[in-house]
Amino acid sequence: MKHFTGKGIYGAIAIGEISVFKRHDIKVKRIKIDNPEKELDRLEKAKETALSQLEEIYNKALVEVGEANAQVFEVHKMMLEDEDYSDAISEMIKTQSVNAEYAVATTGDNFAEMFATMDDSYMQARAIDVRDISNRLINCLAGNKSSGRGAGPRPGLIICADDLAPSETVSLDKDSVSAFVTAYGSSNSHTAILARNMNIPAIIGVGKDFLDGVKDGDIAIADGFTGTLIINPDQVTLKDYRQRQEAEAEKKELLQKLKGKENITLDGTEINIYANIGNVENIGSVLLNDAGGIGLFRSEFLYLENKDHPTEAQQFNVYKKILESMGGKKVIIRTLDIGADKQAPYFNLEKEENPALGLRAIRICLTRPEIFKTQLRALYRASAYGNLGIMFPMITSVSEVEEILNICQEVKSQLSSENLPYSDKTEIGIMIETPAAAIISDKLAPLVDFFSVGTNDLIQYTLACDRQNPHIDQFCDTHHEAILRLIEMSAKNAHANDAWIGICGELAADTTLTETFLRMGIDELSVSPGFVLKVREKVREINLGK
Amino acid sequence: MKTFEYTIKDNLGIHARPAGMLAKKVKDYQSSISIKKGDKEVSCSKLMALMGLGVKYGDTVTINISGPDEDIAEKEIKTFLETNL
Repeated sequence: MKHFTGKGIYGAIAIGEISVFKRHDIKVKRIKIDNPEKELDRLEKAKETALSQLEEIYNKALVEVGEANAQVFEVHKMMLEDEDYSDAISEMIKTQSVNAEYAVATTGDNFAEMFATMDDSYMQARAIDVRDISNRLINCLAGNKSSGRGAGPRPGLIICADDLAPSETVSLDKDSVSAFVTAYGSSNSHTAILARNMNIPAIIGVGKDFLDGVKDGDIAIADGFTGTLIINPDQVTLKDYRQRQEAEAEKKELLQKLKGKENITLDGTEINIYANIGNVENIGSVLLNDAGGIGLFRSEFLYLENKDHPTEAQQFNVYKKILESMGGKKVIIRTLDIGADKQAPYFNLEKEENPALGLRAIRICLTRPEIFKTQLRALYRASAYGNLGIMFPMITSVSEVEEILNICQEVKSQLSSENLPYSDKTEIGIMIETPAAAIISDKLAPLVDFFSVGTNDLIQYTLACDRQNPHIDQFCDTHHEAILRLIEMSAKNAHANDAWIGICGELAADTTLTETFLRMGIDELSVSPGFVLKVREKVREINLGK
Repeated sequence: MKTFEYTIKDNLGIHARPAGMLAKKVKDYQSSISIKKGDKEVSCSKLMALMGLGVKYGDTVTINISGPDEDIAEKEIKTFLETNL
């Protein structure tokens, strides 16, 4: 049993036979020629053939990976026709009297080198595109019909390669491929894109030595979750992975069964099921799991991944992208919730005895209004591009909410005076995550459009149980009557004031409580993307009429 | 000659797809259209040179357009950049 690790691209498990991808190595010799005109003519013909091949590949890719990803072959065509590239080849043939193959290979290397040495990983990855078109051109010059080969007829193959060029991935027989493993590559590479599209695991960047450790026919496990490739696994490992594969299959089945179905109980009560995410990258899983919207988008990543305060433009771009990707579905973005366990050094927050009870979340925003206003401006500007709700964390009093509403008003007036558009339909909500907020929810509800219960903090603050302390688990009863009463009280007060109420903490995904929440009249449950369909399944089994 | 500046808003910068689209787009005009980042200037019709500029998110580039249809080209290239980059 041998292990190799790289970066997992798509979370799935494949068990199958290794197939090492071999390409006929193109050996190009430098040959002195007498008639450059004839050589240029050959080059021209080869280019035409290459262009028509690319047209064909483009059409094949269109079906397999969709237009956005097929466009790479359009780009290939344009690269092939690029003036600088073509001129460099012709010049070399004319001035050095060399064969076209050699001129193409040398020029291809030079251009690939230019990309490979750029300081941007995306552009570096384009070197392979240049090599791909150059190899295609050389094959056309040599009269070879196609480059790359099919993976063969047997199903379940784990394709191992140093790296795969875009045209090579497209030329593979997709029905026989169960995973890709490559020595090089990046998350921007075509192999990665293709794997995501085919919903199969890919492991990239394993390192060049791994190819010496694999051979055709070896049984292997490709674990896209952890980025691990296991060659010739023992029986125990194999059994373990088979079980995990089955669990995954079950999940998939659930997806097929429940995708597109309504969140409705047997007696006809409906509830919204949204997803919680913390990064733009997770939008895919929100859509894949068929969530009705985003109930909690944690904006902290913008701050935690930055070395300094994120600018308005930077934030605006991210928020706009989220709203546009969700295409009119509700997106609730929570304003900065930093402090306590989440720290960004440039905030220069003082060390606190009790960080959970300290300067965090809305308290930072209200004491540093310039940070808060930047975020609100970005949010309101983005609101013009979708269906936005803005939610404020760690609320304990009416005066805080009034202050927030004043700042929102100020931001909106500013935008109007600058002629910047925003949506007037933007909903304002607060988190109910302190006992204080729940207890005075009758006073808070008239001020806002919605409540969202953050159960994790509500439990911690109500039961005086530190979330980080594993020794007090037995005292931390997440179903404690005090918690349920606080939620019920908040729901009643929300509805009495025409506001709606959701739950976005971990309790929202606890299906033993789904019926309780429905009976309280909770309007929305927001859960991790992977739980959306499980909760939907539960909702559809409940009958509140009984 | 028409000159204007533009700041890239696409997170990936001028990556392959929009570069390809831009290179195609400028062929619609008789004017010669170039793009400048720092002290490097290349013709927008040359795809690889354009990608080779390595224009990233937040970079400001200068577009120079000169020729008989520079007015309409300026307007349309501006719109193109705003929509795609």
